[in-house]
Amino acid sequence: MTSLFEEVAPSEDDNIPVRRVEVRLNGERRAAKVEPRLLLAHLIRQGFQLTGTHTGCDTTNCGACTVLFDGEPVKSCTMLAVQAHGHEVTTVEGLATASELHPIQEGFKDEHGLQCGFCTPGMMLAAKALLDHNPNPTEDDVRWALSGNLCRCTGYQNIVKAVLWAAEKLRDADPGAAEGGDE
Amino acid sequence: MIPAPFDYVRAESTEEAIALVGQHGDESKFIAGGHSLLPLMKLRLAQPSVLIDIGRVTDLSYVRDAGDHVAIGALTRHMDVETSEVLREHAPLLAHATSHVGDPQVRHRGTIGGSIAHADPASDLPAVALALGATYVAQGPNGTREIAAADFATSYLESALADDELLTEIRVPKMNGAGWGFEKFNRRAQDWAIVGVAAWRRNGDAGVALVNMGSTPVLATGVVSALADGASVADAAQLAADGTDPQPDLNASIEYRQHLARALTKRALDIASS
Repeated sequence: MTSLFEEVAPSEDDNIPVRRVEVRLNGERRAAKVEPRLLLAHLIRQGFQLTGTHTGCDTTNCGACTVLFDGEPVKSCTMLAVQAHGHEVTTVEGLATASELHPIQEGFKDEHGLQCGFCTPGMMLAAKALLDHNPNPTEDDVRWALSGNLCRCTGYQNIVKAVLWAAEKLRDADPGAAEGGDE
Repeated sequence: MIPAPFDYVRAESTEEAIALVGQHGDESKFIAGGHSLLPLMKLRLAQPSVLIDIGRVTDLSYVRDAGDHVAIGALTRHMDVETSEVLREHAPLLAHATSHVGDPQVRHRGTIGGSIAHADPASDLPAVALALGATYVAQGPNGTREIAAADFATSYLESALADDELLTEIRVPKMNGAGWGFEKFNRRAQDWAIVGVAAWRRNGDAGVALVNMGSTPVLATGVVSALADGASVADAAQLAADGTDPQPDLNASIEYRQHLARALTKRALDIASS
């Protein structure tokens, strides 16, 4: 995999060569020269060494590789790195700060929303996209939003509880947001 | 799984995309969201030598009220189709069916044009567009032409689009208050339809099309004729599998698919008639 990837310095050049990819990854500008066939999931994992994004099925089914692409959930195993050029990508590493878990992460901890943890990063990012749009989701809303993410351990009950827990915590932290959202 | 090597170019406009396909020839493929093409490339069932990325041609992403029809840019993402107020009002069958394509992640990347152009008989949208009598606009080096949805799919994953043409717009006739039903039978929320049925009724008119009942999306013409002749929904739905050629797989035998076509057609028409 390393032959597909070479990290290079970010550039101000508007005429970026086609195989140069520059993304805003968890808020930080990162650039690389890649083969066009490199998948976004591999750019993130092998290239930028952020291994919180998991590749599970590699066939657009399981959702373990879910990242936020301009704020919306996508499966990074089904995107080319070159397609991400110029866009924002958020991985699970972008959720927590150095000292504090994101409320969604707290929810998964408090409600036992994971067992093996393999699907968890994708679940949490799909959940974040939901809560960004809809601070007051119903249980059905949560299940629908997570319908592209498979878990083989938990039976989903505690994952759904974790997301609802996080929604409540986020509403308590910012009561104004509960009136907003775009749904 | 990693695709075979290919060259990659970006088009910034429709015209540039068509010029690029003229330059690179029939070994090149357009890529929009990539949710039909990339899985095939990862399995190496498709090995284009050049990908022409049209994902940034933003002037092909729109939903417009165009009088008697709704015009949808080919690059409109599924999520934007399902949430479009214009489509929810004038073509609710399409908006609803689109909300059942894949899963949320897929709907954020996949485009209506990509789904139609891929011409997969197991995809929901080609059958929905067929039921609604949609028209497709293709642009090539010599200008644009219209292709009726009924003339579009020619065989499995093959369409009437020429190698140097790009599907640019989907025109969906307004439903004008027609009742409608969409029935998708699958085992998990995100799965392809084992069989699907899109149906609408308005006064004496009706349209019914089937997902995954042959090598192309299928118009259930027998059902529509029977309804026009005054048959009950139950009787008309019995004709749904006539003339179809479904394939067996792990999920369903031919006979089971034919049974599903009849049962789901009745359900969809019952909802459309209520």
